[in-house]
Amino acid sequence: MQCRAHCPALFVCASPHTLCHPGMSMSPSSDTRLTLFWFLSGMRGITSLPALILMTSFVGFSAFAFESGITRGEAIFMTISIWALPAKMILVGMMASGAHIAACFLAVTLSSIRMMPMVASIVPEMRTEKTPTWVLLLLSHFVAITAWVFAIQRLKDVPHEHRTTFFAGFGITLTLTNTLIVAVCYGVVETFPPVVSGALFMLTPVYFLASIWATARQTVVKLAFVIGVIAGPVMAVLEPDFDVLYAGIGGGTLAYLIDRFWMRKRRPAVEAGDAS
Amino acid sequence: MNGEWWWAYVVIAVAGWLATDIWRWLGVLTGNRLDEDSEALYWVRAVATALVMAVTAKLIVFPAGTLADAPLWLRVGAAGVGFAAFLLAGQRVGVAVVTSTLLLGAGLYWLD
Repeated sequence: MQCRAHCPALFVCASPHTLCHPGMSMSPSSDTRLTLFWFLSGMRGITSLPALILMTSFVGFSAFAFESGITRGEAIFMTISIWALPAKMILVGMMASGAHIAACFLAVTLSSIRMMPMVASIVPEMRTEKTPTWVLLLLSHFVAITAWVFAIQRLKDVPHEHRTTFFAGFGITLTLTNTLIVAVCYGVVETFPPVVSGALFMLTPVYFLASIWATARQTVVKLAFVIGVIAGPVMAVLEPDFDVLYAGIGGGTLAYLIDRFWMRKRRPAVEAGDAS
Repeated sequence: MNGEWWWAYVVIAVAGWLATDIWRWLGVLTGNRLDEDSEALYWVRAVATALVMAVTAKLIVFPAGTLADAPLWLRVGAAGVGFAAFLLAGQRVGVAVVTSTLLLGAGLYWLD
């Protein structure tokens, strides 16, 4: 095409006309450098408080897997393939009791339904019109509560076209680091003194409580937070089989309805500001 | 068949990997149809938050592992005081984590 004649060395063109390099306003090398920059920025999230707290939980998980008679290889495979910690704890418990594969599937899948609204709520922020669906499908594997909170906190400060790269940097690094932790810590830490392991198991839920409240930008999210915290344990007593589902879908819908038909009517100006 | 070493990996792949990723994939397909700040996204956010908080509250009220040995009042008290300290300290997440963990550790040590 004309591009060749005008600019024989395609990649060292002095004046990068958008006509010559369609869809590219910067030279390819600086584009690659930007991608690398945002991937590394995401990777740096491994030293953040949430990542460090999650790592202590995975030290706890390797002790739990060892105690339950799960082999090192199985524990490693679980970490990389399931990733979400609550689902893994359930599967380890079921496998240790010798449950049928269908029963294991049912228990794990029921506990993981929350993944769907979690992923669905960050996808609109993460994708651009050009993002291929397969990239999102691949990246969704790295979504668990910690990465979800991290995405809600940080994605808004990342340029839209680099958000998938940024999330990939964080999600992949976090998953691989914790897989390594399980590989190394398995069998090393058999049991902690109860004071230490009790405190370790307390870190994660307290971190979720504080960070999700701190990142709640809309009234509807704060309402859902309060209703979820109360409804979770209450439904566990009333409906132990589907407690989280009732508390989540019912509680979330209730929060939405209260916000829509009551809060927003009372404070339309505030809500308009929050939505930005 | 259940005795083979690879059977455990089949169980993990089907009852673990597939059982969790199905929902993540459905989340992508649903999220792809939602616009930022659409009315539907508000509802999805509310449901996601309520689900996560229900799981979180259950980790404290009905814990697995060694935390179950701590009495309920200590667990809920440590989490509640930690959350109050977090709100008073201008929503600094570290304050909640340190306060709750120290209170729980101190309580366990004292009860022992």
